[in-house]
Amino acid sequence: MQNIWFIMKREFNGYFATPVAYVFIIIFLLLAGFSTFFVGNFFERGEADLYPFFSMHPWLYVLLIPAISMRLWSEERKTGSIELLMTLPISVFEAVLGKFLAAWAFTGLALLLSFPLWITVNYLGDPDNGVILAGYVGSLLMAGGFLAIGGCISALTKNQVIAFVLSLVVSLIFVLSGYGIVLDFFSGWAPKALVEAISSFSFLTHFDAISKGVIDMRDVFYFVSLIAIWLFANAIVVNSRKAD
Amino acid sequence: MTLRIEIDNLAKHFGEIKAVDGVSFSVRKGEVLGFLGPNGAGKSTTMKMLTGFLTPTYGTARLCGFDVLQNPIEVKKNMGYLPEGAPAYAEMTPDSFLRFIADIRGLSGADKLRAVASAAERARIKQVMFQPIETLSKGYKRRVGLAQAILHNPPVLVLDEPTDGLDPNQKHEVRNLINEMAEDKAIIISTHILEEVHAICTRALVIANGKIKVDGTPTELEAMSRYYNAVSVKVVGVESEKVMALLNGLDKVSETELLPLDAGCRAYPVSGQAMVAELSQAIRSQGWEIATLHVEQGHLDEVFRNVTTDQAMQGAA
Repeated sequence: MQNIWFIMKREFNGYFATPVAYVFIIIFLLLAGFSTFFVGNFFERGEADLYPFFSMHPWLYVLLIPAISMRLWSEERKTGSIELLMTLPISVFEAVLGKFLAAWAFTGLALLLSFPLWITVNYLGDPDNGVILAGYVGSLLMAGGFLAIGGCISALTKNQVIAFVLSLVVSLIFVLSGYGIVLDFFSGWAPKALVEAISSFSFLTHFDAISKGVIDMRDVFYFVSLIAIWLFANAIVVNSRKAD
Repeated sequence: MTLRIEIDNLAKHFGEIKAVDGVSFSVRKGEVLGFLGPNGAGKSTTMKMLTGFLTPTYGTARLCGFDVLQNPIEVKKNMGYLPEGAPAYAEMTPDSFLRFIADIRGLSGADKLRAVASAAERARIKQVMFQPIETLSKGYKRRVGLAQAILHNPPVLVLDEPTDGLDPNQKHEVRNLINEMAEDKAIIISTHILEEVHAICTRALVIANGKIKVDGTPTELEAMSRYYNAVSVKVVGVESEKVMALLNGLDKVSETELLPLDAGCRAYPVSGQAMVAELSQAIRSQGWEIATLHVEQGHLDEVFRNVTTDQAMQGAA
């Protein structure tokens, strides 16, 4: 168990050893701010909440999370350090979990740094901070889902660019399956059950309710089990491809 | 438990390619086993299986009594491993890297600091402890990897080309380090530098095409050379052809050859036996004066070439 912490600590510090961490955080905050004000019409809505901010997160994450997750395993495989890591007395699950938690903590930090928006909305009005907290929790859960997908995919390849593009595409599928246009395409001919099944796999469907302040345990369970499944797959991929 | 490493019919096949094809050997405490072989012979693959990084196609390995397939964590606890190319986390400094390894090795507090300091000292990397590993020279990178392997003072060391990329002084230091540690450890080093075998190994194992060709002490290996116990001699004022004729008449001499640059001639013994006494006596009994005379060691590179090339294999088959 302690090993998970050591691996997480090393990985987390690794982000800050290069400018990658700072570039990521700045870009994330810029895009989050931009989309909140210009796409989400924060002011024009005239409502004291952060819904415009949270509603853009699925799209932000599709673009940005693969940039974090792409290096998790493909870099280890490329430099050969995976041989060092996997011959230390740790289990594959400890390694997978430690790395995932480091990336998740890093994303959490970036998310936390959006606090000026929270201050702004509290200064301008009298928002329901419980709803905002729920939004942050939901966003973090969703980020975990994207990271678990990206981490597993990065274990498939030594090439970070391939890992990035593949993760982006898979993430996009998980988001789009709940998007109106996509569902309309299916609802014309497919049975209702299938349409609902497709929609139930979407991050959008599960995130939307949370971001409006409704923490349904089913939505939480969805993200937690999705993370668990992808991490499990990640461990299998690492085990079978580490030496290729 | 004196047998620290036991390799039992270990094999790794990649499709049709038999990278390692049924290899068995053991290493006991106090032994330094030199693992020799041409590139692609299966040295690294064998080491990767022993250290639990690769799963064997069949066979297994035991380290300090623990089976690598059944108890990989215990195996990994009891060994230090320097993988080929000494991979490390490039963005870290040796200091933070070694601290991370110490954490994983279960060291904390004063023990951890002592282990990191001692490994840094022994691997001679103290002066670069706070520079990112990616900025270090190849020699320092290799020694950071070595420091990582010896950090927890493991009973078994597996070192894949520990002196690759080092200058002669650094090689000397690393060999000293290995010699220092040899007494209470079992060590496997892979190398294709043959001089290393004499400098550090108590035993050498030559592997080619996934199979063990020779397993013996460095001296036994040398004895396989046709140069082993051969004698080169130059006689003052006598033509070498005449000397050769004399030597060819001796029982223990199998053949003679003329050396270039007027360096005299060389006599090869029958089946590697010592013959310098008889030879010098024969020359002196002619009333000749010996200018130079020396007994050859076996040439390891010749032995290596003979056992690892196809011709030798066909001869053996």
